[in-house]
Amino acid sequence: MIIQGLAFYLFSVIAVFSAVMVITARNPVHSVLWLILTFFNAAGLFVLMGAEFLGMLLVVVYVGAVAVLFLFVVMMLDINTLNLREGMAEYMPVGVAIGVVLFAEIAAITGGWVLAPEIEAARAQPLADPGAVSNIQALGNIIYTDYIYLFQASGLVLLVAMIGSIMLTHRTRPGVHKQNIAAQLDRGRTVELKKVSTRGGI
Amino acid sequence: MENLLREYLPILIFLGIAVAVAGIAVLASYIVAPQRPDPEKDSAYECGFEAFDDARARFDVRYYLVAILFIIFDLEVAFLFPWAVSFGDVGMLGFWSMMVFLGVLTIGFVYEWKKGALEWE
Amino acid sequence: MTVIANLGAAAPELFLAGAGIVLLMFGVFRKSDATAQVGWLAVAALVAAAGLVLTGSKGSATLFNGLFVTDGFAVFTKLATLGASALTLILSLSWLAQEQVKKFEYAILIIFATLGMLMMISANNLMSLYLGLELQGLAAYVLAAFKRDTLKSTESGLKYFILGSVASGLLLYGMSLVYGFTGTTSFDKLAEVLSHHPSTGVMVGLVFMLSGMAFKVSAAPFHMWTPDVYEGAPTPVTAFFAIAPKVAAIALFIRLLAGPFADLVGAWQQVVWLISILSMAIGAFGAINQTNIKRLLAYSSIGHMGYVLVGLTVASPEGVRGALVYLALYVFMNVGAFAVVLSMRQKGRAVESISDLSGLSRTSPGLAAALTIFMFSMAGIPPLAGFFSKLYVFMAAVKAGMFGLAIIGVLTSVVSAFYYIRVIKIMYFDEPVDSFDRPATANTVILWGTSAVTLLFWLWPAALINSAQTAAQVLFPG
Repeated sequence: MIIQGLAFYLFSVIAVFSAVMVITARNPVHSVLWLILTFFNAAGLFVLMGAEFLGMLLVVVYVGAVAVLFLFVVMMLDINTLNLREGMAEYMPVGVAIGVVLFAEIAAITGGWVLAPEIEAARAQPLADPGAVSNIQALGNIIYTDYIYLFQASGLVLLVAMIGSIMLTHRTRPGVHKQNIAAQLDRGRTVELKKVSTRGGI
Repeated sequence: MENLLREYLPILIFLGIAVAVAGIAVLASYIVAPQRPDPEKDSAYECGFEAFDDARARFDVRYYLVAILFIIFDLEVAFLFPWAVSFGDVGMLGFWSMMVFLGVLTIGFVYEWKKGALEWE
Repeated sequence: MTVIANLGAAAPELFLAGAGIVLLMFGVFRKSDATAQVGWLAVAALVAAAGLVLTGSKGSATLFNGLFVTDGFAVFTKLATLGASALTLILSLSWLAQEQVKKFEYAILIIFATLGMLMMISANNLMSLYLGLELQGLAAYVLAAFKRDTLKSTESGLKYFILGSVASGLLLYGMSLVYGFTGTTSFDKLAEVLSHHPSTGVMVGLVFMLSGMAFKVSAAPFHMWTPDVYEGAPTPVTAFFAIAPKVAAIALFIRLLAGPFADLVGAWQQVVWLISILSMAIGAFGAINQTNIKRLLAYSSIGHMGYVLVGLTVASPEGVRGALVYLALYVFMNVGAFAVVLSMRQKGRAVESISDLSGLSRTSPGLAAALTIFMFSMAGIPPLAGFFSKLYVFMAAVKAGMFGLAIIGVLTSVVSAFYYIRVIKIMYFDEPVDSFDRPATANTVILWGTSAVTLLFWLWPAALINSAQTAAQVLFPG
């Protein structure tokens, strides 16, 4: 239990610290690296809550793929780090104010966290009993059947994302010779062998 | 819950050791090795030449396309794991549900193939 | 298998999803350019989906484990959405042909965006609400940046994307609070839980959700993105944004507040009241100094959303009926207005400045007359359709004793009449500049149709009013 508590504070402190570093780092590439650290710690927090699958997914999808995409994007933009920080002092008070308001709200809510007994009973169990069935199986049991509508809808969202990204970034460059394997194999005998008579030439 | 977390204890210990070893390596070299920096030592080494230009060359947008298509299929695969684990419990509905999902994304795959988004040129 | 029993009730959505996929394959496998074919097939698919909505079950039904609901309210708003999408798609097709844009994906994205809207309308769970919203939003972001080689279009797409994501974030934050304090995301269960124990956490969550939703309908104070995005996006895309998603988002707004959060009416009424007044005011005053017709219509749509929300603030069947009537007529007026904007082409180039309309009454009197009808109607001048839409909303407000709201509404309509009439003045009394090219046939047909509806609505108002009445009644049982 103590280890659990220690791990929680370790993960959350590092997560908050690296999240702050994401927005204060001078170099955008460093920001992305801090972001990866944030993701790792968030994954740790997920595991602590018993949501193993989400934790692993965070590592695979966010660290493995999204962070790489961020790196690409950061490198694609010709970011002048100095220009980026312009106006920071100007926006700072507003940002801090919003942060304080959000924090106060969370504090007020958690302070007033009272649940009526029948709500408590009616609450959907956020986690299946981890002893009986593993986290990933508990998810698998409902995603594809009970929540089939949402599952298929997310498939469509992914399809639209695919169409959209191709539409916005793909362009066919003119004058590029592409490999067309079928046509190349199909070319047939266009090379002819000729018997050239000695001293005669063609 | 306790059992679940106990299974992760080795990973936590492993993380601790990794952090410790990495930290010690950096710290030790910082303390033990002599630190005498000069401008020549700190300059970028480029096969004996003066540095040509900024290392921050701009990437082609095509990398982005490849990366985002990768993410989309990565997410698709992420859905396959719980499905595989609870395959026996979800029945025919679960099976066909996944088949439709894969079908939709295969359509997307066919689309991008025909569009030539997978070719590098 | 009970999960997918009774699939017929979702037939329009299933059909649209299938049509989108089939058309995608059709377009990509055709050797020559398929923009026109795919476009017209997509129009046919939208019309067919509307047919399926009409012939589908009349009563209420939930399916997919309670994630999805169809009822009279959904039928009404879905028809309005599908109609708006189909009409704007037809307008887009002539634009695509004129600009020689060869991208069949345009129509596909419209189909998927419309599918997202139908899912929003039929959402019966916070999760299905969010997925519908994202499907619609994602397609819309791409459409805004559709002309990716022009700076304005990409800027508009990026702005829309970033601000839309912020709105989604607010919405999700609110939804997570609501879930945390009630333990459920289902609308039915939420209604049940909230009728006994409304807690502070749910209120805060609800306010966040309202902010996110206000963003999506571009109601003040979350309207900042609207003029920029509308100006930058290609004109047919602007027409699409200004109409169909608004209908769907308002429908979602109404369903959410009159359904699961009906018992918190005291909490959300003041918020919606404020949003409504701010939108009416900003829509009226913001538009005065605009020189670009698209920006003008953007502010005008902010104002219109304010009037629609008056109906929601009232929180009664009459109010919702007024809002629905307003939405339906809004579709016609705006489709017509955008058909005029899309006909503003000089020497093969699109122009979008209000001063380009100078002397339009002499160069193309038909176009000028049509725009005059729409502008008068939007200003709420009787006996045009816009007058009735405002009338029903304000009547509901007065009936519920919300005189302040009604008075502010009338005052802002007077202010907004100023800039609508300024456009008319420019068309009729200023010296003509260059004449416009001949508008595309489809535009002309749509222009005739919509102006006829706007002009002659007072002859047969009963059909629309009665169906809006039935639709609104569904949400207020007993």
